[in-house]
Amino acid sequence: MTPDENNLIDVAPGLPHSNVLSETLAYVIGLVLALILTGVSFWVASTSVLWGPGVAVGLVVLAIAQMGIHLVFFLHITSGPDNTNNVLALAFGVLIVFLVMIGTIVIMTQMDANMAPDPALMNLQMQH
Amino acid sequence: MTTEAATIGLTHGASEDTGLGHRGPESKSIVVPYGFWLFVLSDMVLFSALFATYASLAHATDGGPTSNELFDRTLVAIETMALLLSSFTCGLAMIVAKRGNMVWTLGWLLVTGLLGFVFLSIEIYEFASMAAEGAGPQRSAFLSSFFTLVGCHGAHVTAGLLWIGTMMAQVWTKGFKDHIMRRLLCLSVFWHALDIIWVAIFTIVYLIGTLP
Repeated sequence: MTPDENNLIDVAPGLPHSNVLSETLAYVIGLVLALILTGVSFWVASTSVLWGPGVAVGLVVLAIAQMGIHLVFFLHITSGPDNTNNVLALAFGVLIVFLVMIGTIVIMTQMDANMAPDPALMNLQMQH
Repeated sequence: MTTEAATIGLTHGASEDTGLGHRGPESKSIVVPYGFWLFVLSDMVLFSALFATYASLAHATDGGPTSNELFDRTLVAIETMALLLSSFTCGLAMIVAKRGNMVWTLGWLLVTGLLGFVFLSIEIYEFASMAAEGAGPQRSAFLSSFFTLVGCHGAHVTAGLLWIGTMMAQVWTKGFKDHIMRRLLCLSVFWHALDIIWVAIFTIVYLIGTLP
């Protein structure tokens, strides 16, 4: 009997059959990666080395990467067969989130540009 | 009639799949976390509406204070650390809880709650000092949307802290029964989700809002 089979026999069905260390290691890796991404985000935001207009986009990319790290290492969203329903629900949630956010920002920016009030009217409103 | 219906798939024979799986519905240990995951995702959809509102109104300061003048990156960095570490210790609490270790489970849950409390205290301090400077939610559309978005996250953290306290009491009195473990799992999903939302907040509101 191989050591692996021994491991499986030692635990009752449904209980975790990996050991404490390997489970903890996943959280440690997740924490380290999240710390690195957070550090890079704060550095990118305060340095003047990078091209200014690109910084905001870079920050959003870093944030999305960190959310991915959280999902995989902390929430254990994986591509395994018992996780299919969770992944499908997540995909639908992400779709709605992006539709709401990007749709709102595009429409509101367009309206802001096309329907800006008369500057004279703005001054009246500011003076009351 | 019956044979026609069978050919187009309206009825099924005794041996065919009913669509419920051959073993019937899944066990509660699968169904409950899945349902809670759906709730968390719907919560994220709610936050996406608040983020969209904030993004639309971020520059509508009505001549009042702007994000560059108001936000302090050092405080935000401490808040971020506290919430990230609390997410980590929440995971450690789940690992020891699965193995039935009472002392360590309560210990890690306590650390998680204390770090969450540090986060919340800093946020309340920030809100109070902003309101004292005359930068309260009624000052401008930008500040209304800021307090709605960040305050909604803070309200979630408050609820999470109450939940952590409740779960510590339940683990202490009832032990690691199946339904207690399901509640612990839901709590950890909720707490990790709050950290994910905070990643979006510190990036979009605080870091992009204070770019030079």
